[in-house]
Amino acid sequence: MEYLRQVLLQKVAGFDQLPGSLQVFIPMLLGCLLCLGLVALFPLFAVWLERKVSAHMQDRLGPMRVGGWHGWAQTIADGVKLLLKEDIIPAEADRLLFKLAPIVVFVGGFAAFVVLPFSDQFIVSDLNIGVLYIIAISSLGVVGIIMAGWASNNKYALFGGMRAAAQIVSYEIPTMLAILTVVIPVGSLSMQDIVRAQSGGIFNWFIFQPVTFLAFWVFYIGTLAEVNRTPFDIPEAESELVAGYHTEYSGMRFAFFFLAEYANMFLVSAIGVTLFWGGWQGPTWLPGPIWFILKAMALVFVQMWLRWTLPRLRVDQLMYVSWKVLLPISFILVLAAGILALVTEGHLNE
Amino acid sequence: MKRYFLDIIQSIWTVLVGMKITGRHLFTRSCTLQYPSVKWELPERSRMRLFNKIEDCIGCGQCVRACPVDCIYMTTEKRLKEAPPIFAADGTPIKLSVTQFDIDMSLCCYCNLCTYPCPTHCLVMTPEYEFAVNTKQDFLYRFAKDEPLAPVTPSAVTPEPVSAK
Amino acid sequence: MQVEAYAGEEMILNMGPQHPSTHGVLRLELETDGEIVKKVIPHIGYLHRCFEKHAEKIDYLGVIPFCDRMDYIASMNNSLGYALAIEKLLQLEVNQRVQTLRILMAELNRIASHLLSIGTYAMDIGSFTPFLHCFREREKVLDLFEWLCGARLLYNYNWVGGVSHDLPTGFIEKTREFLRQFEPVITEMDKLLSYNKIFIERTANVGIITEKQAFSHNVTGPNLRGSGIRWDLRKEEPYCGYETYNFEIPVGLGKFGSLGSCWDRYYVRVREMEQSIQLILQALDRLPEGDVQETVPKRIKPSKGEIYDRTETPRGELGYYVISDGGLIPFRVKVKSPCFTVLSILPSIAKGAMVADIIAIIGSIDIVMGEIDR
Repeated sequence: MEYLRQVLLQKVAGFDQLPGSLQVFIPMLLGCLLCLGLVALFPLFAVWLERKVSAHMQDRLGPMRVGGWHGWAQTIADGVKLLLKEDIIPAEADRLLFKLAPIVVFVGGFAAFVVLPFSDQFIVSDLNIGVLYIIAISSLGVVGIIMAGWASNNKYALFGGMRAAAQIVSYEIPTMLAILTVVIPVGSLSMQDIVRAQSGGIFNWFIFQPVTFLAFWVFYIGTLAEVNRTPFDIPEAESELVAGYHTEYSGMRFAFFFLAEYANMFLVSAIGVTLFWGGWQGPTWLPGPIWFILKAMALVFVQMWLRWTLPRLRVDQLMYVSWKVLLPISFILVLAAGILALVTEGHLNE
Repeated sequence: MKRYFLDIIQSIWTVLVGMKITGRHLFTRSCTLQYPSVKWELPERSRMRLFNKIEDCIGCGQCVRACPVDCIYMTTEKRLKEAPPIFAADGTPIKLSVTQFDIDMSLCCYCNLCTYPCPTHCLVMTPEYEFAVNTKQDFLYRFAKDEPLAPVTPSAVTPEPVSAK
Repeated sequence: MQVEAYAGEEMILNMGPQHPSTHGVLRLELETDGEIVKKVIPHIGYLHRCFEKHAEKIDYLGVIPFCDRMDYIASMNNSLGYALAIEKLLQLEVNQRVQTLRILMAELNRIASHLLSIGTYAMDIGSFTPFLHCFREREKVLDLFEWLCGARLLYNYNWVGGVSHDLPTGFIEKTREFLRQFEPVITEMDKLLSYNKIFIERTANVGIITEKQAFSHNVTGPNLRGSGIRWDLRKEEPYCGYETYNFEIPVGLGKFGSLGSCWDRYYVRVREMEQSIQLILQALDRLPEGDVQETVPKRIKPSKGEIYDRTETPRGELGYYVISDGGLIPFRVKVKSPCFTVLSILPSIAKGAMVADIIAIIGSIDIVMGEIDR
């Protein structure tokens, strides 16, 4: 957040009189608030986009009336409706866990936004263990899901929670190994370093390198399962368990789960863009953050496209895909990345 | 072993084929009709709301007998001999005056069996479908125009309006 | 140590009458051990509307709207079965035009019914797009029906001695146009859904009905043909002139996995739609001139007797057992519903399946509660 601190030093009078700790703390706070804003606003847009995309793929129109032009305010109306709903907590439910669960799921996604490199200087916190931090923090969501399933005091929700936990934990391993194939040639866990290692033209991006090309697909499928999107949406299988682990949630608590899911979608797409598609790099006629968001939106669009095309996998088939297909492939890819790095002695991008 | 790789390749291929189809549909024209700003013309045979042109009704009661759910209620009385002769549109003389002709649309099953036996074709099913009402009593359509000559005792099947308790 | 002492308690899961997936109001009581289902007990009766009791109070013609409402998705076939039964009782022959019209409407309705069944099956498996594509095509069929007789779902079309309406002008061309643009849609559906690996994984090797089971539980219709048995009443006991038409009977081939799986039954339905297209085209070509209503008295009075007549609906063999006592009102109308008999096989094929498989099995046997409960 050095960049924001410099901006504040120049623009805001009296900023350099503040004690040093505040000079660091306030930009950080502002950055986090910006991230929170993004996390809260992106689902608003993404839900509308999903409804429109799904509608046009199904030869219908989607939201058309709310707000005038193609129903752009539909999600805002839905959000207001959810805010005004009665807060129902089932009898015999574990009240504390019930109330905590959406927050834990939300925090697990939101906290990972702070290491996303939106542009050369615009990153809330350039941790030198950025990748490790992301993997660790996004696992927090699983705890929230199990809490939701258990605390609802509902067999269906419990079923959903257990399935979700098994699914997310199993798919984290191939995802991590795919990320490792990117870390090996770069030699650093910092997100900005990984983006900078892809500089020098479009063909330096990791998606166009042999080993990391395959690793991207493993990563993409793994993250599809992490965010519970079809074909891996067993936890929220609408036609089987009504709504899985968030069956008993209503009103704003349900909205939190929803927000968390869409924010997660953006998060994993953003990570994919950073690791494989060159991050914020692009021709200079558009600023860095715009390229970043455009590329992430393209990946989000493909996620939506897959959702409306494919049926759902059954739980044991899901596990089969993770443990017997993705995991061996990712092991082989890590091995290949290591061998490649050894052979070229780290001179991949020169 | 070969099965394993074949499965993977087949999965990827069929997923791509499916994506191509939905991708193509993304750009085809949608077939949604944006009701109520755009409304469809229903074909003339549509069986929506019942209508009875009471001036042509001769009170024969064929429709009452034909209805499988008994939703038509009719009472008639003989017209006085001195009254001037009246005729239906196709020339049939009308001998009875219809003092009550009620159709309960909430019971009607829209089968159209009542319109076929009508000798003067005064009972028709129209293509009008926007007739939602706020109370159930409003669904009892009263068509009769003639006043009864003597105080009329309600027929055995006239329903009493149900008051909200 | 005994295994029983460590076995977990079985959980009783209630897939209640209101459920986004079961086709109608069906309550399933599942005894599950984790994900595996040990026992399935279906509970029916939530949609019982006393059809057979109504038929004892209403004259013969008035029963026809009630017949439509049993299997509300394929109501042309329902009223056809009843009309044929009463005509047999009256020993009444109908002319060629009526027979051709009846076949035309029955096959169009077969297409509509299979489209709905395929669409909702895809939705149960998780693929939402084919549902809407199928319904878009179904809307076109329902538009044709609305143009013909005024109603979209419950037609009251097949009467004793004829049909209620003749074709409006332009109907034949419109139908041909619809069929022309419908054939590529089936191919597209195949590519999107039938051969999709995920769909195959979900449905092949699931819910296998063996030949022996099918015979012992009196399974009929596409469910029977999915197990490889070539039995179709339109070929075995033809009615309405089906023997003069040229069409094939698709049977399940066990292309993926064992014969008689959910995929086979689904596939039989898709291929049946293609055969229906052939039937409709032949019917349109040979439509003779004639009157659409034979002279029957307004109040039908069959002589004393009883008859059992059966027809092939999109769901199987629908049978009407009518007893007449010589009066204006039937003495008894008993209906043999194909969905009722095929639901009885559910407990035996669902043993050892997972909860997700139960959904797949129910979708593949294509039940309509209106017909089961009457």
